[in-house]
Amino acid sequence: MFRNVAELIEIAESTNKKISEIMIEQEMEFTGKSREAIFAQMDKNLEIMEQAVERGLEGVKSVSGLTGGDAVLLQKYIEKGNFLTGKNILDAVSKAVATNEVNAAMGTICATPTAGSAGVVPGTLFAVKNVLNPTREEMINFLFTSGAFGFVVANNASISGAAGGCQAEVGSASGMAAAAIVEMAGGTPDQCAQAMAITLKNMLGLVCDPVAGLVEVPCVKRNAMGAANAMVAADMALAGITSTIPCDEVIDAMYKIGQTMPTALKETAQGGLAATPTGRELEAKIFGVPLQKGD
Amino acid sequence: MKYRSVFDIIGPIMIGPSSSHTAGAARIGRVARSLFGRQPKWANISFYGSFAKTYKGHGTDVAIVGGLLDFDTYDERIKTSLQLADSLGVSISFHEEDAITDHPNTAKVVIGDEDGELELVGISIGGGKIEITELNGFALKLSGNHPAILVVHDDRYGAIAGVANVLAKFAINIGHMEVSRKEKGKKALMTIEVDQNIDDKVIQELSALPNITQVTKIVD
Repeated sequence: MFRNVAELIEIAESTNKKISEIMIEQEMEFTGKSREAIFAQMDKNLEIMEQAVERGLEGVKSVSGLTGGDAVLLQKYIEKGNFLTGKNILDAVSKAVATNEVNAAMGTICATPTAGSAGVVPGTLFAVKNVLNPTREEMINFLFTSGAFGFVVANNASISGAAGGCQAEVGSASGMAAAAIVEMAGGTPDQCAQAMAITLKNMLGLVCDPVAGLVEVPCVKRNAMGAANAMVAADMALAGITSTIPCDEVIDAMYKIGQTMPTALKETAQGGLAATPTGRELEAKIFGVPLQKGD
Repeated sequence: MKYRSVFDIIGPIMIGPSSSHTAGAARIGRVARSLFGRQPKWANISFYGSFAKTYKGHGTDVAIVGGLLDFDTYDERIKTSLQLADSLGVSISFHEEDAITDHPNTAKVVIGDEDGELELVGISIGGGKIEITELNGFALKLSGNHPAILVVHDDRYGAIAGVANVLAKFAINIGHMEVSRKEKGKKALMTIEVDQNIDDKVIQELSALPNITQVTKIVD
């Protein structure tokens, strides 16, 4: 069983296998289930992700009314063709937003690694799909590779916003996605780790400050930027750029930052954007309570 | 390692919006339900930390009640669980606690009916994964690394040996075990971490042993 990214890469390189394969083999060993059964379970997750993206692209509105409809706006904008960044990035962003809008609307999603950060992995996957034309098996492998890196973060740091801030949620998700994009694009296991490190480095310190305590503002847009971050970092790694700080040390840094982060910024709705005048007004409006936490 | 399966990371399939506040809460409720062994008539649910601050918007309340009604994390009925509980005659009350707990996402569930009560404290550690830290006043020290069996039993000689024999018969290896009791000769709890996944047949056989009140498995 790999305990950190260094071990994961070492196993992959020494056995000349992909990261996804190492994750599948470990899952088989841990559960005693067949490869087919594990694949079928991941296939089901992929199906849920596909449905969520489709639903989000049709347009949803959350229960609070705070979010919804942005994925549609972005797709229409892409169609016009006058975008400044890139089609694939914007496609990933819109699909990440689509998923997270469905999540905010209490729709069915697959947590990757959490619900608040559920947009990034599928968002990038379904955007990259249109460029690389992967087989269904390769798409499922994308999820195993994401899972392998998330596994390391969850066990050595945290994937909980309440414990480690949003860097632990959207940060982890984005790093996981970046690594999986690299593998799907034909990069090496080491390049996967570089992409993960580059992505997570750029999300360090990200606070969890949900407005009115709801996982939608700013979470939906953070999923958007996480997806963009993952796409760029994957390209950087594929170009041969490496992270000066090794991936495991970045994960450790994220963990320690989370520990020193004040509670007000860890999913308590007491600080950050949640404590802005507008944030407080929305809280009062949604829950029909007076502005009492105002600071 | 707290997370052992890739499906702890890519998963669960769930109703939004928050894996720790919604899916995790549903799982805490469902473990309480499964340990209680039947649908309770009433439930007092206390939220601590981030759960207390944000439960309304996250549907933590509907999720934990969904769990008490035996719904899985992806069950659409979670959204209407409060009304469903009401129509099933289950009375529910929520309490926002100020106490600082070890973990920011902590819930205490006390459920019962005319035949008994159960009190459970659970924490939601992220991504929908939970740990049960207390059961009926017994502190549970589950590492979360292995499947576990909880056995409520009468504090009598031979009770532990009986359980160990059944596990041996099914070739199940015990990795860690603890027995705690509140008073000599009264109710006691065995917490057993094992290396293998546990079949329902094992649970049935354990339940049939003398002095055993209840057997529940905790597997992810």
